[in-house]
Amino acid sequence: MTLAGSLPPARVAGVRRLQLDGEVLDEAVVLCFDQGKSFTGEQVAELHVHGAIATVASVLRGLGGMPGLRLAEPGEFTRRALENGRLDLAQVEGLSDLIEAETEAQRKQALRVLSGAVGSVVDDWRGKLVRAAALIEATIDFADEDVPVDVSTEVQVLVGFVQDALGQELTRISSAERIREGFEVAIVGRPNVGKSTLLNALAGREAAITSEIAGTTRDVIEVRMDLDGLAVTLLDTAGLRDTDDVVEAIGVERALQRAEAADLRIFLVEEDGVPLLTPVAEDIVAHAKADLGAHGGLAVSGKTGKGLDLLVKEVTRILAARAAEAGVMTRERHRIAMLRAFEALEAAQNEISHGPDRAELAAENLRRAARALESLVGRVDVEHLLDEIFASFCIGK
Amino acid sequence: MKHLDVIVVGGGHAGAEAAHAAARMGAQTALVTLRKDGLGVMSCNPAIGGLGKGHLVREIDALDGIMGRAADWAGIQFRLLNRRKGPAVQGPRAQADRKLYRSAVQKLTEAQTRLIVIEGEVADLIVDEHRVRGVVLADGSALSASAVILTTGTFLNGVIHIGDQRQAGGRMGDRPSVPLAKRLTDLGLPLGRLKTGTPPRLDGQTIDWTSLETQPGDDDPVLFSFMHKKPFVRQVNCGITHTNEQTHRIIRENLSRSAMYGGHIEGVGPRYCPSIEDKVVRFADKMSHQVFLEPEGLDDPTVYPNGISTSLPEDVQEAYVRSIKGLEQVRILQPGYAIEYDFVDPRALRSSLELRALAGLYLAGQINGTTGYEEAAAQGLVAGLNAALAAAGRDPVILSRTNSYIGVMIDDLVTRGVSEPYRMFTSRAEFRLSLRADNADQRLTPLGIELGCVHQARAAAFHAKMEALSRGKALLEAVQFTPKQANAAGIKVNQDGVRRSAYALLSFPDVTFEQLSLAESALSEIPSDVADQLGRDALYANYLDRQEADVEALRRDEEWEIPEDFDFYALNGLSNELKGKLHRTRPANLGQASRVEGMTPAALTLVLAKLRQLSRARSA
Repeated sequence: MTLAGSLPPARVAGVRRLQLDGEVLDEAVVLCFDQGKSFTGEQVAELHVHGAIATVASVLRGLGGMPGLRLAEPGEFTRRALENGRLDLAQVEGLSDLIEAETEAQRKQALRVLSGAVGSVVDDWRGKLVRAAALIEATIDFADEDVPVDVSTEVQVLVGFVQDALGQELTRISSAERIREGFEVAIVGRPNVGKSTLLNALAGREAAITSEIAGTTRDVIEVRMDLDGLAVTLLDTAGLRDTDDVVEAIGVERALQRAEAADLRIFLVEEDGVPLLTPVAEDIVAHAKADLGAHGGLAVSGKTGKGLDLLVKEVTRILAARAAEAGVMTRERHRIAMLRAFEALEAAQNEISHGPDRAELAAENLRRAARALESLVGRVDVEHLLDEIFASFCIGK
Repeated sequence: MKHLDVIVVGGGHAGAEAAHAAARMGAQTALVTLRKDGLGVMSCNPAIGGLGKGHLVREIDALDGIMGRAADWAGIQFRLLNRRKGPAVQGPRAQADRKLYRSAVQKLTEAQTRLIVIEGEVADLIVDEHRVRGVVLADGSALSASAVILTTGTFLNGVIHIGDQRQAGGRMGDRPSVPLAKRLTDLGLPLGRLKTGTPPRLDGQTIDWTSLETQPGDDDPVLFSFMHKKPFVRQVNCGITHTNEQTHRIIRENLSRSAMYGGHIEGVGPRYCPSIEDKVVRFADKMSHQVFLEPEGLDDPTVYPNGISTSLPEDVQEAYVRSIKGLEQVRILQPGYAIEYDFVDPRALRSSLELRALAGLYLAGQINGTTGYEEAAAQGLVAGLNAALAAAGRDPVILSRTNSYIGVMIDDLVTRGVSEPYRMFTSRAEFRLSLRADNADQRLTPLGIELGCVHQARAAAFHAKMEALSRGKALLEAVQFTPKQANAAGIKVNQDGVRRSAYALLSFPDVTFEQLSLAESALSEIPSDVADQLGRDALYANYLDRQEADVEALRRDEEWEIPEDFDFYALNGLSNELKGKLHRTRPANLGQASRVEGMTPAALTLVLAKLRQLSRARSA
């Protein structure tokens, strides 16, 4: 293996420096298995690398560049193990059926990955769904006991929370499309702060007209580029300021729209900030015209290229993290599951709003929601509801 | 030696229902019980039914069992629980006159052909070539049979606790049946230990009723049996009172003298039926707990105070009971007690309730870790049907989660086991909207008729009802309303030009049959009870369509039968823990396997793949 140089003997862990084109990617533990002695039964090499996203990404890139190597599909190792008779599934004819049934296994596998990334969020949903369903079930199954008759207020809050979270998650899922179609990164700032110069510098060509005249850029200029394997569309926008110029005002309006819709914004600032728009979440704030003076924090100059590498690194880091996160949550079945759950919760809210008399219909919709989310939150068993009920209310007359 | 098809051991609710079911099926049946007059005794609270439980009684009745009829005859207060909620979660419940209930069961038993009652104690089983062949009575006599059903309740190593006093026994005053327990232990069955409790019984003549609120029955009582329309005897009220801080103080101060808190009891009790000690400790911030004062009979002054079961010593019981409003002068007729008993892990059973370890031996009722008359009776019914089927060389009948609460319960028991006494709740039924108390006959009576456990009279009544329903439904579907007509009838629908049938409109939550029949006189020829039933069916129509896919998926899984000799240990790729669980539980099909605790989809796939391989090997 060229990546690791030499290989340790089979079943013996060895520390190796992983190198690609002379660059050290990571120091990793390498473990090899002989044919017939691995999980899948095939000859296998395991690389135990450090967990940083950048490290994993660079090693994957290195591996991906080698002929014949690609990422495993979800569940592929298990399937290969089955195919190779390691799991005693003799006949190959049954395999097509098996693969069909396997989606369930794949789903769980995704869940395992998921539990690391968004596990706590999902745990929270699960807890709230269990609690909401338990409250409703308590009013149904223990109607002749000392339990509250109307639990709709608390249930509505719980369900509403999960609904909102699902809604957000569904929006975030669009990152999946981003991986396919590219992230949009907008450069925003006051007029004449050097946005177009920065764009050109990043693009490596004169994509935007630059001049000393403030407000040169009127329309939105798009440049597609590849940032470490991620497709990125860089947007150069009109400088933001209040203006009486009708044409420029249209440009500013457009700039605002596109910038807000973009996945990430680079705020290019001088002494003061940027009017009409404020940075959110991971948005990058960079000091412009770094060639003209020293600044604390991230400072860039499109003219001299100063700080560009840092900016690119920062943009890449943010987008790669999002892509990684999206990778788990954006499987189509997860999207469908979340959509179904969302709709079921909506229906549940509707029933809950009709009061306790429609409790069984509210419960049915909560059950549907929980079923839909099984792939994400695990099975919500009636025993979990009963646990919650008995812990909350003094049942038993 | 006298030979029978089926012998039922035990005359509680499971035993009575089992014996009747077997006899209805045509089996020559003997019920062996310690005392004939103990048949139909309600050893705990004097009530039948409730949420989930009422569903079970309706299902028993749909298969022509006796519990519903006996409870109707003995019912002195009927209430349909959750009356304001939808029909799927409404459960019929009744206070029963103990004496009337007992006499109803005994009369039904006398009237049942092919069923004899033998008074005696079963000391042992006759076992031969891994098959049960009969029973030996304590007097040394023996009875042979093709199948034996054990419904021995809490008699397995039962221990009664009142404070720090303990005595071996089942119910108060009954003899424990230790030798039989030894036989089961020798079979190597997995046993567990549970506990349950009862409150002290009070003399109603010493209760100050005038100071208490009362709870009347429903104005239009809903009965259990599909064959009955209205109550048979005078109806009475229950009383309601509450514990107070004084009560709680007395209990707290004497906790160390409680059998449970004094460390005398090791069994696990039900969380939904805690003792008053438990309530005071676990819900310390609650200043008061409700107590229902349930009359035990029309001419019986005994009152069952539901809500204060206890294992405190007698003097403490008297002190805390007398601290309660209305009970200041009360006389305790019989102290409350806790009882601990062994149960057989129901995962040792097949879905027919036959023990896997011993062919021909069936277990039903509390011995399987359940609680409640209704749960016991429902299992008795299933065991009785299957024992009779087996005796006749026929295939077992397995009720499914998709068609009944009985199916849900038995599936839960045999695949999940129990960690506390198992009680039915409506939330256990995932197809709750279709498994309703009101349609139990539609779900199960056809099956009963096919099996042969339904009497002629019921079968005829059922067919007539179904005919009326289908006529009514056809009419409702034939009558169409334009949006304009619907609006004129006071029904809000979208003005989309779509004509809707009266049946479709009935599924709208706020639409009543009366509205429709006022607007369209042709509908008024549908009798009101038929219209009510159709309305209940229509209400959930939209949901039922959606559930159909889930039902189908479950049925598909259930069709993948797992052979008895399937070797889970030979499956590579399963964890040893899961292999062990599957091996012990022995799921009968893929559906059951999926519900075994700890089962993962990946593991299920392995089982399925192996099953496919086996079926290919067989067909090749």
